[in-house]
Amino acid sequence: MSTDFAVDARALVKRFGDKAALDGVDLQVPRGAIYGLLGPNGAGKTTAVRVLTTLLRPDGGVAKIDGIDVVADPHGVRKRIGLTGQYAAVEERLTGRENMHFVARLFHLPATEGKARATDLLERFDLDEAGDRVVKGYSGGMRRRLDIAMSLIARPSVLFLDEPTTGLDPRSRLAMWDLIEELEHDGTTVLLTTQYLDEADRLAQRIIVIDHGKVIANGTADELKDRIGGDRLRVSIADAAGRQSALATLQPMCTGQIEVESDGRTFSAPIRSGDRVVPGVIRALDDAGIDVLDVEVRRPTLDDVFLTLTGRSTTDDDQAAA
Amino acid sequence: MDRLQWALKDSWVEAERHLRIIPRNIELLIFATIQPIMFVVLFVYVFGGSIEVAGFENYDQFLLPGIFSQSLVFGSAFTGIGLAEDLSKGLIDRLRSLPMARSAVLVGRTVSDLVRNLFTFFVMLGVAFLIGFRFEGTMFEAILATLLLLLFSYALSWVQALMGLSVGSVEAANSAGFIWMFPLTFVSSAFVDPSTLPGWLEPVADANPFTIVTNAARALYNGNPVGNDAIWSILWSVGIIAVFATLAIRKFNSSTVA
Repeated sequence: MSTDFAVDARALVKRFGDKAALDGVDLQVPRGAIYGLLGPNGAGKTTAVRVLTTLLRPDGGVAKIDGIDVVADPHGVRKRIGLTGQYAAVEERLTGRENMHFVARLFHLPATEGKARATDLLERFDLDEAGDRVVKGYSGGMRRRLDIAMSLIARPSVLFLDEPTTGLDPRSRLAMWDLIEELEHDGTTVLLTTQYLDEADRLAQRIIVIDHGKVIANGTADELKDRIGGDRLRVSIADAAGRQSALATLQPMCTGQIEVESDGRTFSAPIRSGDRVVPGVIRALDDAGIDVLDVEVRRPTLDDVFLTLTGRSTTDDDQAAA
Repeated sequence: MDRLQWALKDSWVEAERHLRIIPRNIELLIFATIQPIMFVVLFVYVFGGSIEVAGFENYDQFLLPGIFSQSLVFGSAFTGIGLAEDLSKGLIDRLRSLPMARSAVLVGRTVSDLVRNLFTFFVMLGVAFLIGFRFEGTMFEAILATLLLLLFSYALSWVQALMGLSVGSVEAANSAGFIWMFPLTFVSSAFVDPSTLPGWLEPVADANPFTIVTNAARALYNGNPVGNDAIWSILWSVGIIAVFATLAIRKFNSSTVA
C-alpha cells in the first residue's frame, strides 16, 4: 500500500444497527491536495470523516493517515490531524486567544511556540482584533474561522473540514472559500465534505461523490461533468421559417442530435466541452442569413451530475438519516 | 514524560478551562452563591423554630451540616450538565480528536467541579457563621468533616458524568441530574432524625449513604463521637468512584478508538 497518500482508506465499512453508513468506501487523498467528499444528507460523509479522525471505530476496511493506521495507533493519527466539525467547537466563554492556547496545550506544544502560533493564526484569519474578546460575541463566520485556526495550531498534516460553510451567510461563505484555498499554498492536505456542489466545484481538485455509504463517482469536476455529456448549446432564432437551414448549419458543430423545442425556433444539442463554440455558431448562422436571437452554452452543474448518477437530485433525499 | 504525567497535565488543562470561565458564567455563579445562602437562611428560619432533634439543644447545629451536605451533592449535577453541553456543542468531539489523554476530559471536569463546590462550601460556611453556627469540635475534626463531604460530592460527580454522557441533551441532563437527588437528600438524616420517619421509610434513610456521610460530618463538626460513619463514608465514596469512573470513562470511549 502506497504511503504517498496523506489519507488512504480502503473498503471502509461502518454499520449502525443493520444500516450500513459506510458500505465499502475507498478514498485516497494525495499529500497537499484538497479533495471534496460530496453527497446529500445522510450519505455517509460525516461517518467517513469520523472514522478517519479516530472518532468512530470502523467495522471493516483499513484507514491510514500518513501511513498510520487509525485503529492500531489512534494517538499517532491524532497528532497529525486537525478536525473542524459541523458545529464550531469552541469554548464560548473563553476568548479566541484562550481557545487557541487551550488547544495548543492539549497538543503539547511548548508554551512559547503555542503562543506565537496562536498570534500568527489569529492574524491570518482576521481575528487579531477580536482575539482578546470572549467568543460569545463572535459572528457565525468568526466562530468558524476560529475553529479552523484551532485545528491548524499544531500544523496538521491533514485537515478535515466537515461542511465548513453550512449555516454561514453568503459573504462569510465566500471568505471561508478564500481561506480554504489559501491552505493549499501551505501544503496542508484537506478533505472537505459538503452538500454544496458549487463549493466542491470551486475548492476541490477531485471530488468523491458518495451516496448511501458507497462511492458512486470519483473525478475532477470537469470529468464528472463530461460523464453526462459535456456542455449543451441552446440557440433561438427569430423566425421558425428558418428552421431547416438552421438545423443544417448547426448539425456539424454538435456531437449529438439537435432537439427542437415546441416553439419551433429554439434548438438545443450537446457539444464538446471547452470548445469556443459561440462565436462560430453566430458567424455560421449569420452567413446563412438567419436572424439569431440568442445563443448560450450551459455548463452542466454538479446537480446534473448527481441527478444522472443517482436518478435523484441532491435535495430530494432529506430522509430521516442522521 | 510518561503516560500518567501526561494524563495529569491534560486533566489540569481541561480543569483550568472550566475554572477560568466560572467568573464569566453569571448564571452558574449566582447558583453557586445565592442558592446555598438561600438554603441556609430558609431552612434555619423556616424550619428552625418548629423542629427539635433529640440530643441537639440547637437545631441549627444539627441542620447546617445537613445543608452543607445537600448543597455539595446538588453541586455535582453540574458535572453532567457541563458534559452534556460540551457534547452538544461538538467540543467533546474536538477533544476526542486531539492527542490528549482519554481520561483527561472527565477527570478535568470532575476536579474543576470539586473546586467550584469548595467555593460554594465556603460561601455557606460564612453565612452559617453569621447566623451562629460554630465548630464544637477541633479544627482537625472540622476539616475532616469537610473533606468527607467534598469526597462524597466528588463521587457523585462521576455518577453525574455517566448520566451527562448518556442522555441526549442539556435539558435532559438537567432534569436527570437533579431529580434523584431530592429523594437521596430528603430521605435521610439531613433535616430530621430518621427515627421520626414512617416505619417503612426509616431503614431506607438509615441505609442511605447520604445519611452516613451527613452523620459523619455532623458528628465531627459538633465534636461528637463519629463511630464508624467516617470510615463508611470513605468506603462509600471510594466505591462509587471506582464503579462510576470506570463506567463513565468506558462510556466516553465507547464506539471511538480508545
